[in-house]
Amino acid sequence: MPAMKAHVWVMPKRTVLDPQGQAIQHALSSLGFHNVREVRQGKFFVLDLDLTTREAAENLVERLSREVLTNPVIEEFRYEIVD
Amino acid sequence: MKFGVVVFPGSNCDHDAYYALGQVLHQPVEFLWHQSEQVAGFDAIILPGGFSYGDYLRTGAIARFSPVMRAVERFARGGGLVLGICNGFQILCEAGLLPGALRRNAGLRFICRQVHIRVENNGTPFTAAAKPGQVLQIPIAHAEGNYFCDEAALTEMERNSQIVFRYTTPDGREEAAANPNGSLANIAGICNRERNVLGLMPHPERAVEAALGSSDGLVIFRSLIESLTRQATVSA
Repeated sequence: MPAMKAHVWVMPKRTVLDPQGQAIQHALSSLGFHNVREVRQGKFFVLDLDLTTREAAENLVERLSREVLTNPVIEEFRYEIVD
Repeated sequence: MKFGVVVFPGSNCDHDAYYALGQVLHQPVEFLWHQSEQVAGFDAIILPGGFSYGDYLRTGAIARFSPVMRAVERFARGGGLVLGICNGFQILCEAGLLPGALRRNAGLRFICRQVHIRVENNGTPFTAAAKPGQVLQIPIAHAEGNYFCDEAALTEMERNSQIVFRYTTPDGREEAAANPNGSLANIAGICNRERNVLGLMPHPERAVEAALGSSDGLVIFRSLIESLTRQATVSA
């Protein structure tokens, strides 16, 4: 049975200042990497799931992303299930 | 009257809080391990500063799910007094006991220095011993103290006088330079609507003796003691 994986991206909300992303953008610019207008830094999670159906995986990942992996006050997420 | 100081793996201001309450203020105080499933017998709970669970995922995010926090949440929802200092404030926000969140400092650095905060509301059990608008000198020590909430939450907190402390100059003026971390509306500490849960980034337990550079933090602990004494008198 092929294992199911989930990929979850967590990003600071657009409305929330991302000082780390800004610092990276400044560093890139001062190192000569021009044409980078904006950098936003987030997190990437890879989850191995003991589940067989896509629907169950989506339900689980949706829930744990909302309740644990993100703080909904400042962050948003998206995910994909990889068979 | 008995105070409980919660100890998470990674707490590092637990002994300071214990010392402030036990040695300086001569109050009964005990440590509460993060695995404790109940907080019965305690009249006030302190969530101390530090780096609970290594700050993994987000500051306070893992601590929020520890067994003791379930008990602290029940205690708080029942009206019990809970004081969250620094990492404790971050945990209270993650747990949803206080609105908003604490982001990385605007300047990205860990800042450890004395700041001044103005008492915006002395009608809470944590500030009742303060004069209105009193300015306290208390140190901060954090990298994630940049308070944020959405506009609706800010309006709501302002309407309910839940903003308890703001960063100011030593003479109590709000200025950009007096805000060390970029916090929205210069917020240094807030309480819940019911006024029994308070979180603040500055460390009152590090300002309890002249030898520490300031004893202004005592105002907060004395307020707590007075409030609990009053409660005890009323219910007796």
